[in-house]
Amino acid sequence: MASEDGKEVFDAEAARLLLKDLRANFATGKTRSYEWRVSQLKSLLKLATDHEEDIVHALRSDLSKPTLETVVYEIALFKSSCEFILKKLKQWMMPEKVKNSIITFPSSSEIVPEPLGVVLVISAWNYPFLLSLDPVIGAIAAGNAVVLKPSEVAPATSTLLAKLLGEYMDNLAVKVVEGAIPETSALLEHKWDKIFYTGNTKVGRIVLTAAAKHLTPVALELGGKCPVIVDSNINLKVATNRIIAGKWGLNNGQACIAADHIITTKDFAPKLIDTLKVGLEKFFGNDPLMSEDLSCIVNSNHFSRLTKLLDEDRVSGKIVHGGQRNKINLRISPTILLDVPEDSLIMKEEIFGPLLPIITVENLEDSFNIINSREKPLAAYLFTNNKTLVEKFARNVTAGGLLINDIALHLTNPHLPFGGVGESGMGSYHGRFSFDTFTHKKAVLYRPFIGDVTARYPPYTPEKQGLLRALLSGNIFNIILALFRWLKS
Amino acid sequence: MEALDGLEQSLTELRQTFTSGRTRDVAWRKDQLRAILKLIDHNEAKINLALHQDLCKHPVEIYRDEIGVVKKSANYSLSCVEKWMAPKKGRIPWLFFPSRGEVLPEPYGLVLIFVAWNFPISLALDPLIGAISAGNTVVIKPSDLSPACSAFLASTIPLYLDPTAVRVIEGGAHVAEQLLQHRWDKIFFTGSHRVGKIVMSAAAKHLTPVTLELGGKCPVIVDTLSDPSEIMVAAKRVAGGKWGPCSGQACIAIDYVLVDRKFAPILIEFLKKIIHQFYGENLKNLKYLSRIVNKHHFARLCSILEDPRVAASIVYGGSLDENNLIIEPTILLDPPLDSEIMTEEIFGPLLPIITLDNIHESIEFINLRPKPLAIYAFTKDEKFKKLVLMETSSGSLTFNDVMVQFLCDELPFGGVGQSGIGRYHGKYSFDTFSHEKAVLYRSFFLELEPRYPPWNEFKLQFLRFAYIFDYFRLLLLLLGRKLQQMFASSH
Repeated sequence: MASEDGKEVFDAEAARLLLKDLRANFATGKTRSYEWRVSQLKSLLKLATDHEEDIVHALRSDLSKPTLETVVYEIALFKSSCEFILKKLKQWMMPEKVKNSIITFPSSSEIVPEPLGVVLVISAWNYPFLLSLDPVIGAIAAGNAVVLKPSEVAPATSTLLAKLLGEYMDNLAVKVVEGAIPETSALLEHKWDKIFYTGNTKVGRIVLTAAAKHLTPVALELGGKCPVIVDSNINLKVATNRIIAGKWGLNNGQACIAADHIITTKDFAPKLIDTLKVGLEKFFGNDPLMSEDLSCIVNSNHFSRLTKLLDEDRVSGKIVHGGQRNKINLRISPTILLDVPEDSLIMKEEIFGPLLPIITVENLEDSFNIINSREKPLAAYLFTNNKTLVEKFARNVTAGGLLINDIALHLTNPHLPFGGVGESGMGSYHGRFSFDTFTHKKAVLYRPFIGDVTARYPPYTPEKQGLLRALLSGNIFNIILALFRWLKS
Repeated sequence: MEALDGLEQSLTELRQTFTSGRTRDVAWRKDQLRAILKLIDHNEAKINLALHQDLCKHPVEIYRDEIGVVKKSANYSLSCVEKWMAPKKGRIPWLFFPSRGEVLPEPYGLVLIFVAWNFPISLALDPLIGAISAGNTVVIKPSDLSPACSAFLASTIPLYLDPTAVRVIEGGAHVAEQLLQHRWDKIFFTGSHRVGKIVMSAAAKHLTPVTLELGGKCPVIVDTLSDPSEIMVAAKRVAGGKWGPCSGQACIAIDYVLVDRKFAPILIEFLKKIIHQFYGENLKNLKYLSRIVNKHHFARLCSILEDPRVAASIVYGGSLDENNLIIEPTILLDPPLDSEIMTEEIFGPLLPIITLDNIHESIEFINLRPKPLAIYAFTKDEKFKKLVLMETSSGSLTFNDVMVQFLCDELPFGGVGQSGIGRYHGKYSFDTFSHEKAVLYRSFFLELEPRYPPWNEFKLQFLRFAYIFDYFRLLLLLLGRKLQQMFASSH
């Protein structure tokens, strides 16, 4: 179906045909082979290496992202992920032998990983390269055919991904569909074998509701207000460096695991603020609106959203640092606020920007209850040298993941699952978890014809019942006794 | 229509119990698991009575499929829960030195378990065991189609389990709707595909994760066998896997058979003999068979048989006793593939036998249909086994037997595609009710300056090498930098 300007419109029918094609290709079994998976992953690695400049350029265009942030957080992180999977893939593809149950003796059991089929990856705008391709490598590693729907809010990256994946990947099994709400809705009308969505909770609900109509399993990587608790007995300089890097160094706060707000004691707050100010100047200069090392705000919608948070009556007076803005360049300087009201907008919504509220409490442990009374965030952070506090924090604070004395780093570790809980998401990925999230683990039991326990079948007698009891109890002694009784009968 | 008085109050209390932290304590979890064991031990007779009233199940079938399963599950969880609760160490790359990583399982919070009517005791208590082992507070909603069991659970659970943490709420669809309007931290549903969609849609509004144990048309492939003793074993297992579990009203019961055209008559003869042996020869004398759960399902199964093309394919059985809701074990040979008996999950004692020119065609036959909860295959051909394994997809796959995979605590039990989402049994039950929280512990010691702006070429190179864990080049880079600095300062 063509639109007014003659371009092909991607509607529900187009989506249906696309899926039909992909299912046919998946059914050939091609994507299941180890060789195919490896060749596709290697192609992606090559794509990332050969086109580094194009990627940096696209991200600069979409987000004014500093070159280093792109190279490190988008490209290097992606390549590291891909290489880890390549190294381990053969091992992950093997069936897992499993202990046999005495009830089914003699038998052998295993768990066999198999691809789900045709999967849909919907990506976000803030790390548009990484958050598109990181889930895609999981899908491919697990042997699926994939459709990627990059975010239209990062258009240059979307176009680049469509072009490069078209050139480097097996087009019969890996496709990119560009577009916005209409195209995404068209895709969501159909049944997929899995949907992997990264983005906000509002759209997360829409995706999950659409998936429910077809009983499609879903992984949702959402966000939340990631709190940072800061104790007083710390290496303040190192801590503030890490906080700054974990707030403004992550796409200028526009990251799901960026520090959202700080909770610290009334006494310590002034010292923390002073050190943050010094650190900010060191990193970004005394005119941060001009700093090349800070991303800009992605678009005017988000710019308005953020300035609205700052301009709220009871909030604007609480700014202790920053607050400058440049509407034309879509820039907001690193801004710190002290003790904004609990019910202000800035404390109710995920900030996703360069505004850092600091909330003070009498007693640092009060912060645990504050965090637990809110929606479960994607990550929670604690800076302290107090081992008891660390223990309590780890045991009592619920979040997707926790990190002590640093920010965001846990996502770079391929041995830890990365994902949310409650409003921050469901499912996890990275490393082996990426493979698992796109895999069905099939239980397989092999039995022989011999050794048929006729006690299983009617007519039912007390002796048979006794034998069944013994078998289900797993106790060898009881089993032998019961066998004896039953055989005697 | 039942009204849910005090539902809000009840849920608030359950959440308060969870917040108090009591259910996280390993002692509490073990106490509750022991309480479930006591509940079963003290009430076997009552359970047998309730299941007889709801489904006419025989005590041996009850022990095998309900009581025995729950006891086994509870004992297994009791012996393993402490181990499952322990944090799992995560490997940390050298680059992060010094640091420590672990994955810590934690309970979701307040969970809702919907129970199906066909195994109304085990499908309530088995998921409950998982929810409790994981440290959650729980609401159980039994099915109103098994009212005696529902009443039993509602009156007995409060006597044994902690009533501030585990509650039973009885009722029908109206009650289920009200429950679904609330926010849960996890929902575990066993039941039909149609209701599964309703549950997942309601859960989506609150971003509640779900486990759905649904069903499907579970096929059994029976390869041509020559040894009569082996044919006998296969036929017994097929019969046991069709009419044994609740008269075919089970998610993993055999739905239909796929067999070579030439072998079909032999298999049918063996099946007939075995039906006589196990259950009796005519409708009046049938024993050891559950009844159909209610008039509605009885009518559904009757209407399947009323299709003239289907009726014409009956080769054994077909008799109906409407008063007692009993349908004789029935075998059909090649009913039309577009008839309801072959397009919908049967969930009853009717066994279609579909013949193929070549048994290998069974793979394509199965793949043209939604992925089932289980596939069964009787064969001695190792190559064929491999083909079935690699080319079909299902929740589980069992060779040369039926149903028994359900009893293995080490195997995950769950569906894929239309047959379900998620899995349980053994440790998988614990996992399905847990959130795995990643925790990374770092120290202030050893700071890496290249992490921070202002950015420059050196920092970029450093991070490039760091991300590929190229420690050698990193070292060279740092050395080079050090030398440069020494050189610069000496001038």
